[in-house]
Amino acid sequence: MSWLYSTAALCLLCAIVAGLWRILRGPTAADSMLAAQLFGTCGVAILLLLSKGLNWVVLLDIALVFALLAALAAVAFALRTWGGTER
Amino acid sequence: MAFLHNLGTVCILIGVPFFVSGTVGLLRFPDIYTRLHALTKADNVGLGFVVLGLALQAEQWNTVARLLLIWLLVLIGSSASCHLVARAALRKKIQPWSRS
Amino acid sequence: MTSVMSFFDIMLVLALPWLGWRLLASPDLFRAVVLFISLGLLMSLTWVRLHAPDVALAEAAIGAGLTGALFLSALRRLERMQDSERRLDYAEKREEERQAPPARRRRSKPIAYGLALLLLVFFLVLLGWSLVKTSVSPGGLGPAVTGQMGQTGVQSQVTAVLLNFRGYDTLLEVMVLFLAALGSWSLTRIRQPLPEEVAAPVLASLVRLLVPLMIIVAGYLVWIGSSRAGGAFQGGAVLGAAGVLLLLADVTVVRQIPSALLRWALVLGPLLFLLSAIACMWIGGNLLEYPRQSAGAWILLIESATAVSIGVTLAALYAGGRPLEPSALEEAGEVASESGGDEGEGE
Repeated sequence: MSWLYSTAALCLLCAIVAGLWRILRGPTAADSMLAAQLFGTCGVAILLLLSKGLNWVVLLDIALVFALLAALAAVAFALRTWGGTER
Repeated sequence: MAFLHNLGTVCILIGVPFFVSGTVGLLRFPDIYTRLHALTKADNVGLGFVVLGLALQAEQWNTVARLLLIWLLVLIGSSASCHLVARAALRKKIQPWSRS
Repeated sequence: MTSVMSFFDIMLVLALPWLGWRLLASPDLFRAVVLFISLGLLMSLTWVRLHAPDVALAEAAIGAGLTGALFLSALRRLERMQDSERRLDYAEKREEERQAPPARRRRSKPIAYGLALLLLVFFLVLLGWSLVKTSVSPGGLGPAVTGQMGQTGVQSQVTAVLLNFRGYDTLLEVMVLFLAALGSWSLTRIRQPLPEEVAAPVLASLVRLLVPLMIIVAGYLVWIGSSRAGGAFQGGAVLGAAGVLLLLADVTVVRQIPSALLRWALVLGPLLFLLSAIACMWIGGNLLEYPRQSAGAWILLIESATAVSIGVTLAALYAGGRPLEPSALEEAGEVASESGGDEGEGE
């Protein structure tokens, strides 16, 4: 059933592109950062679907690295750019 | 085996709308706290169903273990970072949206 | 399947230049940084579609994760230096723009855009002409590499090219990274951050969970680089991300790492690479010509050392300065614990 994976991946890519609008509009800085966070998760899902659809195990490794690093930029934002005491 | 495969397909088909709804929530909800709420639904439930579906269709236990690990990592990372963002937003005194 | 995937590819191809344009044209630095992170994510997906998983791994680790954190921290320091927090508030910025005189802006824009368009057309024509004029060798270098794979000691073609056929290039690249760390260290010292007023327990738990996992994944990537996508750069990038997470969370143990250890870790990769190269010459052969039987072992050794160095280099570039000497560390620690609240309570 390979149409399943490719269609699902396409839907997720559309979700990413739609989320780009929020980055451009976002009234606060956090909205943009949250959209980028969502892209990370969508990217993980796309990679997982493609790994099954294209039968390519290495994509699971790439999804693992995505998952590990997805939070890094958001944490940096929350701690440094937006929060944090004055230094 | 075909039953598991079809069940996996159903799970994936359930999971993708959660992602789409997370994006819609990100675009349409009125303030940052509600958008955070929508975002975490996509992360937890959406990815969870997609991983469940793929795990049911996987051919080796190795793959199932990796899929579950990836889901766990996304859960940990995204929930921690969303918590930190919400905390920073509260300290910046951003008011939650109210119906008035 | 393939027609849906071509929709996917078309959407990716359209989204990338649009993102690039919006990011460069954005008047707000923060928005540009977030767009850059998204661009990194989409680029990683593009590399996957181009059948280049090694580059996709590196792009995901460095482009989307590390550089994003680096830019965000740099943005914070820039804001403070310029003594204005305005740019993070969109609404106020729009007010300023509305009140700024519009005439001066409008005159210079069409000229700039026209020039840019002219240059773009010129380079496109040049590219097309060179493509037409070049004769393509059948098959490229692929068959040559595949034919020699048996002698390389690894199964992955990318690792074979990077560490064996073109090992000299990789040696120089590692040296360049080392020079980058040296450069940033010679500019300034690390600023000791003040502790947070209230430590976030969620952050401490996150660090405790993620950092060991990142180290394990880094080791896994280095190991599996010999047979699949992975290798020293990818493992080093994940290791660097672990270091950045530790620095972000302001973990006490990071401040107490002796600077000698840091310096040795930085030097380890380039030094080992260089020594192996010279040793190969000594054993009998040319520079970097591994003995055929043990080529795999040599490559693994070099990759492990290089991964450690790359990780420490990336974390050091994020930290942004050379570490304080032990005596200064103690003073700063005392000052911080007097002025701050419960510092180091979670650790």
